[in-house]
Amino acid sequence: MITGPIKFKEAARRNLAAQDLRENLRRATSHSTTLRLKAVSAVPEWEDLRSEAHAIKKEAIDHLAEYLERFESQATEAGCKVYWAETASQAAEYVVNVCRQKGASLVVKAKSMTSEEMELNTALEGASIQPVETDLGEFIVQLAGETPSHITAPALHKSRTQIGKLFSEKLGMNFSDDPKELTRAARAILREKFMDAGIGITGVNFAVAETGSLVLITNEGNGRMCTTLPRTHIALMGIEKVIPRFDDLRVFLKLLARSSTGQKLTSYVTILNGPREARETDGPEELHVVILDNGRSQLLAHPHTREALYCIRCGACLNVCPVYQRVGGHSYGWVYPGPIGSVITPELQGISQAQELPFASSLCGHCSAVCPVKIDLHHMLLWLRKSAVDSALTSRGERWIIKLFAATMKRPGLYRWSGMLGWMVQRILAPRGKGLRVPCWSAGRDFPPLPKKSFHQLWEEGEIN
Amino acid sequence: MRIHLFVPCLVDQFYPGVAVAMCRVLKKLGVEYAYLTDQTCCGQPAFNSGYHREATELAERFLKVFEPAETVVAPSGSCVSMVKIFYPQLELSPAGKRTLERLGPRLFEFSDFLVRELRVVDVGAQFRGKVTYHDSCHLLRELKIEEQPRQLIRNVHGLEFVEMDDMQTCCGFGGTFAVKFPEISTAMGTDKAAAIERTGADAVVANDSSCLMQIAGILSRRKSRVVPMHLAELLAQGI
Ligand code: SF4
Repeated sequence: MITGPIKFKEAARRNLAAQDLRENLRRATSHSTTLRLKAVSAVPEWEDLRSEAHAIKKEAIDHLAEYLERFESQATEAGCKVYWAETASQAAEYVVNVCRQKGASLVVKAKSMTSEEMELNTALEGASIQPVETDLGEFIVQLAGETPSHITAPALHKSRTQIGKLFSEKLGMNFSDDPKELTRAARAILREKFMDAGIGITGVNFAVAETGSLVLITNEGNGRMCTTLPRTHIALMGIEKVIPRFDDLRVFLKLLARSSTGQKLTSYVTILNGPREARETDGPEELHVVILDNGRSQLLAHPHTREALYCIRCGACLNVCPVYQRVGGHSYGWVYPGPIGSVITPELQGISQAQELPFASSLCGHCSAVCPVKIDLHHMLLWLRKSAVDSALTSRGERWIIKLFAATMKRPGLYRWSGMLGWMVQRILAPRGKGLRVPCWSAGRDFPPLPKKSFHQLWEEGEIN
Repeated sequence: MRIHLFVPCLVDQFYPGVAVAMCRVLKKLGVEYAYLTDQTCCGQPAFNSGYHREATELAERFLKVFEPAETVVAPSGSCVSMVKIFYPQLELSPAGKRTLERLGPRLFEFSDFLVRELRVVDVGAQFRGKVTYHDSCHLLRELKIEEQPRQLIRNVHGLEFVEMDDMQTCCGFGGTFAVKFPEISTAMGTDKAAAIERTGADAVVANDSSCLMQIAGILSRRKSRVVPMHLAELLAQGI
């Protein structure tokens, strides 16, 4: 939950000035965009796949209630316990209660942005249950006492050296910035935790209505450990994770890994059909599925932004976003950063809490161009800007400027006159041949000098023929 | 062929030379042009800031002013996409809608008009030097115009064309974004300028004066020797 309006501008300014961070972000995002581009150009039918994925998501979201119920009944039949949570705190409470019932004091977690929404770690710690993040990125972020700055690469904002320092400081090991060594250190700690934990918590990438299957896409194998070693597995999903048919995975699996890491397929694709059955030798004894709404169903009623529910959280729109690349995920003030965050944060948390976000974009449209499910992200930002204006959230000064601007543009005479006035002001204030110094522009850029005559004047004076 | 010029307010006020150059190229190609002197702004700044009421008023006005036109050409991908892509999102009057339906398909961005409508890729221009090209976002992603400007540039006599790194990355202008978030905008522009300079080009060409305003502002602050140029200005060289 956010406790007051998100101050994007302030945070962005701070993060923009942090040279280390700029460099880390640049390196990481340019690496992933290059890999993505390579992977995508090797698939000739890429555009068709995107359209197909969009159509499947549309079908799922258009009939969301139906597919969710189908999923629930199939999953229940397979032995899952399904819990519907309207709010993030209800979901967290449910998880805490399951942990209490099971007498678990240690919980291992795989990466789950939904759990970030629920602020689950805080809730667990409050109940004296220790949550341990087992995804390497999340492990780093947890060790640093931070939150993820990216939806698929939580520690993207940190360099190897910074991680090395963090490990030597918190884990008491000798400094090293060798990824292998650092991974080995984390693994040694995590192995024990996996063995001791009573409960494993994961997110869900896809929930198949037809079969009640949960699909997890991971790269480190930690997800599989979380779902097999502890006796109880709790899977957390937003309501938008449901897809109609098992066969639909064919499309999404091709799109997801390529979009997010440029891989053909992630190292692990785990498909779970209920808890362990009597005849089986592994798997948890209990499998709980928490289905979280947390404002999503309201989005269904918003015609211009409902497609944001198609998101498969690949992270591609973050990686290519020129704003994200420079200010990093923490500037966005809530769980989801980047273009998708700028759309869903105002929708899930209220536009008055996040009104700066829709404006924090040059509307370049790169996000929409890469989105594997063809979400029209940058056009949604335009609709959200309108909704900020309609809710009178923009400043009074800005409203006046726009009014004045429109009034001028409606009167060609006044428009021309103000152009000439500008030229006169420039003559008085600016050095010869130079433009004016303009607030909010000239700190890092020169403003163009106004020419003596506009095109209109040249035309009227017959200088164009 | 006879067309009407759409000279966006930014071009009219700051870069009249761009529209003059466009006229020169059109004339060379035997295109007759007229200019409706009552035109002002298409309303994009209001629309992009979320003020649909004001944007709608200006859109209605634009459509009324251009009502007599059959074919319209503008030296801006951004203003053309405002009309073609974003006007349909506004609540227009029936009369406005009718004009838009008729005019929308006949409104062309300059390079697109030359290449797809006139089927010309060599206008006979001459330029000695190395030139690189920046893809303006609206042109590229709203109008999907990518090859047309490149074809025109490559066919300029004496010119050496070179692509820059990240040519399709935004220059950071983004309309009101440039003044609402000046630090981010300038940071984006600075990286763009660096990519331009790395090519060793003498000139950088783009099809939108708004991007050029940003790029020129940064190049000038860096005391760079690269000359920013609108495509129309390049094509008017030596003709
Ligand atoms: S909005 Fe699209 S690109 Fe962004 S994370 Fe979601 S699926 Fe990926």
